Amino acid sequence: MTKRLLALRVNGETHTVAAEPHHTLLEVLREELGLTGTKHGCELGECGACTVLIDGRPVLSCLTLPLEIEGAEVTTVEGLANGPELHPLQVAFAEEAAAQCGYCTPGMLLAAKALLDANPAPSREDMARAIAGNLCRCTGYTAIYEAIEKAAVVMRDVPRGAGAEPPRREGASNSSRMGAKLP
Amino acid sequence: MSELSVIGKRLPKVNVWQHLTGTARYADDIQLPRMLYGRLLRSPHAHARIRGIDTTRALAHPGVVAVCTGADMPERMGIMPSTQDETALAVGKVRYVGEPVAAVAALDEDTAYEALALIDVDYEPLEPILGIEEALTREDVRIHEDSGRPANVFKEVHLEFGDVEGGFAAADRVRDDWYFFEGSTHAAIETHSAVASYEGDGKLTLWTSTQVPHYLHRELEKVLGMPRSLIRVVATPNGGAFGGKSDPFAHEFAACWLSMRTKRPVKFTLDREEVFYAHRGRHPVLMHLRSGVKSDGEITAVHFQSYLDGGAYASYGIATTYYTGALMTVTYRVPAYKFDGVRVYTNKPPCGPKRGHGTTQPRYALECHLDKIAEELGLDPIAYRQRILQPPDSRTVNGLRVTSMGLGQCLDEVRRATGFSERHGQLPRGKGIGAAGSAYISGAGLPIYWNEMPHSGASVKIDRGGGVTVYCGTAEIGQGSDMVLASVAAEQLGVLPEDVHVVSGDTSLAPVDLGSYSSRVTFMAGNAVRQAAGRLRALLAEAAGERLGVPADRIGLAQRRAYDLADPSRSLAFAEAAVLAESKHGTLMAAGSYKPPKGIGGDYKGAGVGPSPAYSYQAAVAEVTVDLETGGVTVERITTAHDCGRAINPPGVEGQIEGSAYMGYGEAMAEEQVFRGGLHKKPSLLEYRLPTSLDTPELRAIVVETVDAEGPFGAKEAGEGPINPVIPAIANAVYDAIRVRFDETPITPAKVLDALQKGKARVGPDGLGTRGDPKAALRRLGATTAAREKKRAAEPAGSPGEG
Repeated sequence: MTKRLLALRVNGETHTVAAEPHHTLLEVLREELGLTGTKHGCELGECGACTVLIDGRPVLSCLTLPLEIEGAEVTTVEGLANGPELHPLQVAFAEEAAAQCGYCTPGMLLAAKALLDANPAPSREDMARAIAGNLCRCTGYTAIYEAIEKAAVVMRDVPRGAGAEPPRREGASNSSRMGAKLP
Repeated sequence: MSELSVIGKRLPKVNVWQHLTGTARYADDIQLPRMLYGRLLRSPHAHARIRGIDTTRALAHPGVVAVCTGADMPERMGIMPSTQDETALAVGKVRYVGEPVAAVAALDEDTAYEALALIDVDYEPLEPILGIEEALTREDVRIHEDSGRPANVFKEVHLEFGDVEGGFAAADRVRDDWYFFEGSTHAAIETHSAVASYEGDGKLTLWTSTQVPHYLHRELEKVLGMPRSLIRVVATPNGGAFGGKSDPFAHEFAACWLSMRTKRPVKFTLDREEVFYAHRGRHPVLMHLRSGVKSDGEITAVHFQSYLDGGAYASYGIATTYYTGALMTVTYRVPAYKFDGVRVYTNKPPCGPKRGHGTTQPRYALECHLDKIAEELGLDPIAYRQRILQPPDSRTVNGLRVTSMGLGQCLDEVRRATGFSERHGQLPRGKGIGAAGSAYISGAGLPIYWNEMPHSGASVKIDRGGGVTVYCGTAEIGQGSDMVLASVAAEQLGVLPEDVHVVSGDTSLAPVDLGSYSSRVTFMAGNAVRQAAGRLRALLAEAAGERLGVPADRIGLAQRRAYDLADPSRSLAFAEAAVLAESKHGTLMAAGSYKPPKGIGGDYKGAGVGPSPAYSYQAAVAEVTVDLETGGVTVERITTAHDCGRAINPPGVEGQIEGSAYMGYGEAMAEEQVFRGGLHKKPSLLEYRLPTSLDTPELRAIVVETVDAEGPFGAKEAGEGPINPVIPAIANAVYDAIRVRFDETPITPAKVLDALQKGKARVGPDGLGTRGDPKAALRRLGATTAAREKKRAAEPAGSPGEG
């Protein structure tokens, strides 16, 4: 297949990349742009490790074609910190030991950021729903909730735009696998 | 021990920042110039002879650079030197669907994938063996013709300790139960990945997501026929492992061979389906447990039998087999004990170690069994366990040395935290609470290959600016080993963990550590680092003492300062003390090592599995709600108390306890290794049903500290033991809710509903061979295999197994 030129906005920078049109955003981020912070655990939309934000909404980059999102703003874990200043979620994840192996962490951070940007004071249920598409095999999720709660407190001290509806993830994986009822 | 300044403090892990900023470099993140991409061709057959492999068409495909097959690396290999029954790629025969047969290196991954369909393999399908009973009885179908054992038996173990016959004769009651524990897989979110680079100087480097760089180093030497001195293995940060990355794997050998052939770096990254077939997960085990007890509950004798479904190859199976029996004696007093274990080969992905290795299944059986005995005797299940505890500083009947022992405290803690004794047996129908206890090793007492060398070595260096570097061969698999090593060094030297660089998992840079398996790292590598750093501490104290005019033993080291213990206002900066010490003694670098003491186990054949320098102990209470109409079980809360000796990093210990409870919950309720004609029925993260955030119960972790006399600063393991009590606690809670005993896992809504509708008192096996007529099962499997083959023949190209 022939490569095509794409203009992608990632973490505030515009990149022109040549990529196979059938290659996913995940592949282009990792292989063409060297942004290996975005992870993959299945490339089938099942694990959430590849979650990035597109215009602030959490999206599975393994199910997204870059051609579809030209002009949109992509945020990866590399773009989470504000210059040298870490995002409150990054600090809270460190302090609460919410990252063990760290592999689901980039996707988890971005899913959590989307939640907090829309809902500055989420309940545990809100959090469980927001990260239901992000599998973590290490933590049992407890420390992740504690970290999101901690970051929410810090972020509320620095108010941002509020009042928007919490974004819903696109795709099929944002659900219980074991029959849990959504509240 | 004076006050500790680092150990026990709630500090962030030293390596966490890379994880949080996307800069941690996992194996698949490595990109090297001129790198090729590899893919494995996998068997579509569960059992077949390979009559021939023709790679001509694949080699001619544009973009393909090299291809290899089993004939290129025919040397036998396997993690346990005594049972090496694998080759890097299949030679002559395939024994499970998904077994690697050939490997391709190409300019890009798409081309490598296309080339797989151009490798022509001529298979002669053979009848597959897919269950324990068939494997034991089918002499006519041999998975390993040269195994030297009857039918498809891999290993048989028979051990007897104390007066078993007399013990049963002296019992007031004898209880017999059968149990079945379903197999499960690790499902680390990072799939296996490796990059090999053969350089112009004839040296080979392999970066790989492995738990066991040292053991892999040995196997690479053997299979590649290349001196180990020319090979460097670097364990990259593992994106989760849980035991699943502790065998040598086909893609690691293929990457090396193809890199040596092409003189270019080669990367292999498995896809998710391949990981399900690479497996090495928890063995399905059928178990029979017979105990004699006095009327007060005192155990007089135990006879335990286990039948392990090992899958197609040995992996750690010889150790797994022994582990099903070995630790049954370290929790409660057992004066007489008989153990019979059998592991069989089947045509399924090989089983191996998963968190709790070989002890999780028998622990489930024993703790459910004790719950029944407590009920028969009218005793509170926790009070009963506390009455029969194995004492600290004792020997078990099978010769294991028990030292610090916090099971009683753990049981107290979970009882208090949950109000167990007030609620057990008192809740309305549909609500239940259950308890269990357990134990695990803090590292195996013996290495997997016989030698007298240390199990763990470390070196510590201090630079002139006050920085500290720890070098140790441990693999950081997410369990927090780098933080443990940094904390131990920092405590010894009086700096902070953030001042410590950890170089781990690199066979060229770091002294040997046997690897991140059997929960050995905190205890063994922690002691090695403690010794190395202790040697430097003595030099610093001497130099600082001279400067301050006080004896070296009056020097304290903490918070980056060396100070007079009698007058802390008199002090030097750590970096200044380091300069004085280097000026006096030369370069500040010291080595340390650890080897478990001798005499901690028995001296019989098979005594090598079970001994450990210390056992961790734990107890769990599960609270459940059963929907009587749907059979759905909601686990509301799991409370686990764990005796880790001392928590070097409390958030790290709590994380291991919570993660274990989560993983145990998934195994208890949903995960299944089910196959159709050798094909995995659920080889994806959606179908395999791992608990998501919406499924996971509330998890509470309680840290119990017994301060072990031999552990580093008193520490024992935390990574594996806490899974063990969770699963039986859930089964016991379900019984408390609906009076149905679940003597098999998983406890699915379908099974619960069926039991409720039919008024069953119990769900589980009744013995060997009663899980359906094996011949009938075979006929069914034969029919599905034939149907599958027919369908495959009708399809143009590709197959699920070739992914």
